[in-house]
Amino acid sequence: MTRTADAFAEGKAFIPFITCGDPDLETTARLVRAMADSGADLIELGIPFSDPTAEGPVIQQANERALKAGTTTDKVFDLVRDLRRDVTIPMVFMTYANVVFSYGKERFCERCREVGIQGMILPDVPYEEKDEFDPVCKENGLDLISLIAPTSEDRIGRIARDASGFVYCVSSLGVTGVRSEITTDIGAMVRLVKQAKDIPCAIGFGISTPDQARQMAQHADGVIVGSAIMKLIAKHGRDAEPLAAEYVKQMKDAVRGQG
Amino acid sequence: MGNGNFGIHGGQYIPETLMNAVIELEEAYNRCKDDPGFNRELTGLLNEYAGRPSRLYYAARMTSDLGGAKVYLKREDLNHTGAHKINNVLGQALLAKRMGKTRVIAETGAGQHGVATATAAALLGLECVVYMGVEDTIRQALNVYRMRLLGAEVRPVKSGTGTLKDAVSETFREWTARISDTHYVLGSVMGPHPFPTIVRDFQAVISKEIKEQVLEKEGRLPDAVLACVGGGSNAIGAFYHFIGDESVRLIGCEAAGRGVDTFETAATIATGRPGIFHGMKSYFCQDEYGQIAPVYSISAGLDYPGIGPEHAWLHDTGRAEYVPVTDEEAVQAFEYLSRTEGIIPAVESAHAVAHARKIVPNMAKDQIVVINISGRGDKDCAAIARYRGEDIHD
Repeated sequence: MTRTADAFAEGKAFIPFITCGDPDLETTARLVRAMADSGADLIELGIPFSDPTAEGPVIQQANERALKAGTTTDKVFDLVRDLRRDVTIPMVFMTYANVVFSYGKERFCERCREVGIQGMILPDVPYEEKDEFDPVCKENGLDLISLIAPTSEDRIGRIARDASGFVYCVSSLGVTGVRSEITTDIGAMVRLVKQAKDIPCAIGFGISTPDQARQMAQHADGVIVGSAIMKLIAKHGRDAEPLAAEYVKQMKDAVRGQG
Repeated sequence: MGNGNFGIHGGQYIPETLMNAVIELEEAYNRCKDDPGFNRELTGLLNEYAGRPSRLYYAARMTSDLGGAKVYLKREDLNHTGAHKINNVLGQALLAKRMGKTRVIAETGAGQHGVATATAAALLGLECVVYMGVEDTIRQALNVYRMRLLGAEVRPVKSGTGTLKDAVSETFREWTARISDTHYVLGSVMGPHPFPTIVRDFQAVISKEIKEQVLEKEGRLPDAVLACVGGGSNAIGAFYHFIGDESVRLIGCEAAGRGVDTFETAATIATGRPGIFHGMKSYFCQDEYGQIAPVYSISAGLDYPGIGPEHAWLHDTGRAEYVPVTDEEAVQAFEYLSRTEGIIPAVESAHAVAHARKIVPNMAKDQIVVINISGRGDKDCAAIARYRGEDIHD
């Protein structure tokens, strides 16, 4: 059985994010398979939400396009069921609390287990509100991924001790999106996590180039990239597949110190 | 205060990046709220600068016209900047200063909260940026000019539907990018804890005054208090000190837009269901998959798909009633109050006036109704004229 932690079993992990249904779900399926074949160790599947408050403009627009194209939570479950015929790496959902809550959190988590999802990332559910979703995630063998941010400071130990799967380290203040420079002391954040619990740490927000990926991978167990991939899809739409595959290869090599 | 729960509603559904900021805010508020120095300064500003206490005015002509209960108007429209928003803003701006913040950001719908925030920022020497849906900058061009005149920067928000909910989302996004010197002056009893509690406490001055004033004038409590509800800050302010007085009906008037049986509505209690959004669990207008609905009302200030968590709880417990009022009813009430009492209410407040016109005739002459006139209507004249097919320039 696939587990979230498998992503980190063979060295540093590269974790791409993709908004499901942008420009359509058929393209998403092809992109996920291409990225898995190109070395992605775990894939974050974004279920689109009308008001993604933690996202910068690139992923906001991807969400808008996906919803306009008629993407729904049920169709995303169907997509995952189809992907699981041949994709074996772990996959987690990234969406907002209301998407899960409104679907019925028990029903949502049961369907995740049925179709082969390993966990979920809910950026608007902090440690204080974890109990809304964590028990039902656990019942269904799902990891509710905990996030820590540059402002977390004294909260890191507590968050890490209760974390499962991996810890998502937010590299910078602000929302998702490409940044030219990351100034946070990521090494210090990761050390605080590791002091509290032996759990993989993956860094996301603002990473787009192989150089940044290489640098971030020195401090952590994995690197997450979203906006840079969604930019490719925004530009190339249904033809983004070879470009996304090539990009994932480059980033994976960089993360593993081979690029 | 815990996580700030009101029954099953409330909470702190925000990114981890903001958690220490709201914890810092809660701690600062807990230090200030019982601090005599803070309260002296705030009361001084409310009285000397904003013009409190606001009048409780007996609307004799409206009373005689409707032929039922006695109608009193709580004149929040007479406050400096023309609405109840200043009560909360002065409190939060002082709090921001106590926390050592030099910059405030705010969302605005109709522009009243933005103008109030820009005003307090000018008064207290704080930098100010206001986020406003691009649609609303067009509907409320005059308020955009007022904010700029007061030294604030207005950033039009083009994402989503370009209205209040998008302005709130964008202000939260901006806050996650810049926290150390910046306080988010949230304008309603919504968002993550501690905002619903802080804003309610600063607005509760409205019901505290109503109670004193009505006891002085009538020697008894009112039978009903009516207020319009978007996020619900003027309503919770008008209700708060009456929540324990079971004999007082509390009636929140929601914006039904073109009707609760259409998609062009913003009546959250009438058409929404429980959800989690903008930092809180409450009722929201949404589709079957939890996508937030693009709501509509003629009133930019009520054009919001959610409602504050304390209202959600007052609804669940049955302590307050929430009723929908359409654009057409609100516009008629806007014109009615103007002609009957010589008071032009904000189109938001006109929703409460409209419902009062429905219930007052069926009440006894010795009963008392208080309508909270949360703001003045000058800002709405161009839009109402347009609604009536007349093109005037703001």
